[in-house]
Amino acid sequence: MNILVCIKQVPDINELKVDAATNTLPIDKAPNVVNTLDTYALETAVRLKDADPEVKIFALTMGPEQAKEALKSCLSVGADKAYRLGDVLLEDSDTLATSYALSGAAKVLEAREGLTFDLILCGKQTTDGDSAQVGVQLAEHLSYPQITSAVEISVDAGKVRARRETGDGYEVVETALPAVVTISKTEYEPRYASVKSKMAANRAEIPVLTVADLEIDTALIGLNGSPTKLKNTYVPQRKKGGIKLEEENGEIAADKLAALLSDAGIV
Amino acid sequence: MFFNEDHEYIRSLAKEFAEKDLAPIANDIDKNDEVPQRIYDLMAEMGFFGLKIPEQYGGQGLDTRSYVCVMEEICKKSIAASLIMSSANSLSTAPMLLAGTEEQKQKYIPGIASGEDFMAFGLTEPGAGSDAGAMTTKAVEDGDSYILNGRKCFITGAPFAKNAVIFAKTNPEKGSKGITSLIVDMSLPGISVGKHEDKMGLRGVATSDIVLEDVRVPKSEILGEIDRGFITAMKTLSIGRIGVATQGIGISQGAMDEAVKYIKERKQFGKRLADFQSLQFKIADMETKLNAARLLVYNAAYNMDEGNDVTKAASMAKLFATETALEIVSDALQMHGGYGYIKEYSIERLYRDARVLTIFEGTSQIQQMVISGIVIGK
Repeated sequence: MNILVCIKQVPDINELKVDAATNTLPIDKAPNVVNTLDTYALETAVRLKDADPEVKIFALTMGPEQAKEALKSCLSVGADKAYRLGDVLLEDSDTLATSYALSGAAKVLEAREGLTFDLILCGKQTTDGDSAQVGVQLAEHLSYPQITSAVEISVDAGKVRARRETGDGYEVVETALPAVVTISKTEYEPRYASVKSKMAANRAEIPVLTVADLEIDTALIGLNGSPTKLKNTYVPQRKKGGIKLEEENGEIAADKLAALLSDAGIV
Repeated sequence: MFFNEDHEYIRSLAKEFAEKDLAPIANDIDKNDEVPQRIYDLMAEMGFFGLKIPEQYGGQGLDTRSYVCVMEEICKKSIAASLIMSSANSLSTAPMLLAGTEEQKQKYIPGIASGEDFMAFGLTEPGAGSDAGAMTTKAVEDGDSYILNGRKCFITGAPFAKNAVIFAKTNPEKGSKGITSLIVDMSLPGISVGKHEDKMGLRGVATSDIVLEDVRVPKSEILGEIDRGFITAMKTLSIGRIGVATQGIGISQGAMDEAVKYIKERKQFGKRLADFQSLQFKIADMETKLNAARLLVYNAAYNMDEGNDVTKAASMAKLFATETALEIVSDALQMHGGYGYIKEYSIERLYRDARVLTIFEGTSQIQQMVISGIVIGK
């Protein structure tokens, strides 16, 4: 079985501190890491490989040169091979354009490696964009079935079965392979690298795919290919502290509340 | 200057582990007097127990600087968690690597490198601490064996060790030139371990006596030549010094981190403690001393990797880094005021944990003897 794990390099939110002067997050000052839920997706794949040594894991990211560090991190904890999709033409892609480019990269990798990806895993969402769209859109571009927010998966006889989080609890669903599954926080933690695997990954060459390598429509990538248009970014206004009513009993408090609402013209 | 990219990668792995898995439980390790097995399992998977051990004996075959990087990061959060890995990379295996036969190395080292077996180092006795040559444990030849009698004390990991290197007198009249080292199976008849010592700090790894009563050890377990054990012991301790020095710089940084965090939060007289110049200057002095200590440790590790004689460099690193650690944990505790005296704050533990560093594996006074002996000569 061949598994493709799509990951993203993001700023380490644990190291991010709000700049008190400007009230912004100085993202460029934070170290970069693999998006947390992507590390769970990779661990999920590596666990399938633990159980079946025939499993091969490929890690893929779309990102700038520095994103190769994130891929090396994936290699150190169990990915067999890693590819970076990087091209100036891809800059400022939104989730739709990104997922489209990734679908093109997945197809090219299948051709290059002479295989098909039976399972494509993505973290459910990233800690920076937080949209939870790339995984599901990737499935649509590939016309594959998808399961979202999985916390546990098993693969058997050409099918993937997943326990997925919902607003009310959990569902167990199954679909035929090939499929895309987005992974939420699992019960197990991602493993550590060993000193040896870390050093080996550091020496690994990360092949780069460019837009020219893909069979995709360049009108659908980059800023121009992105239907999401960014109009403005701003810091939300801080709400003022509310009023806390502390009275002898609920009745008096309710009267006071009614008076306040009335004075404010709300009721 | 001292490190390459590999060292930095290894350090980042240890840092991630220390921050994620050690920091949250470091005070519990002290309170429960136990390092959870899960921690040892993780360290084994990462290859920490065999970092410096050659690959042909199941280790990672890395250099001293790699070991320093990992130890420093772990010791920033918990020295207790570093003890077994430190031992595996020095006291447990150095005697065999220095003096053992190929067969002994193959038999004992891989289990230590993988973290499955622990080998204790039995040198100290109730009446023989710094003066190790004064030991009274005896090994008497009897056919194809030696019969051991005596008592070793303060032996790290004795209660759970599978084997121990025991130093014993084979020719008592020759003093330190009549000491032989033997590998002793801790399950042999006649061996018992004493009660767990109730230590001031470094709680989490059991330390106890090893009592030997007519213990019959086959001659095949003699480590190195008869009567040459003292040299093996001294060379082993020399290798271990960089490890203890690293524990010193690690815990110093841990204490600095606690102090800086605290003085930026705590307010007195209407301003943060960090805004008082007396404390700013104190922090500057602490940071300067810590970095001087760090350079001594890194320098000793670098020269050891280069194959140079580091006897003096390692002793200076151990002396300065551990004495500095005592000053830094004390100053950092002082900045915490009354809260520093309460167990809820980590600095209370760091203060106790640091105290042994100037004592074990060669006291500061022994380091001074080594250093002055080399400088002044005979």
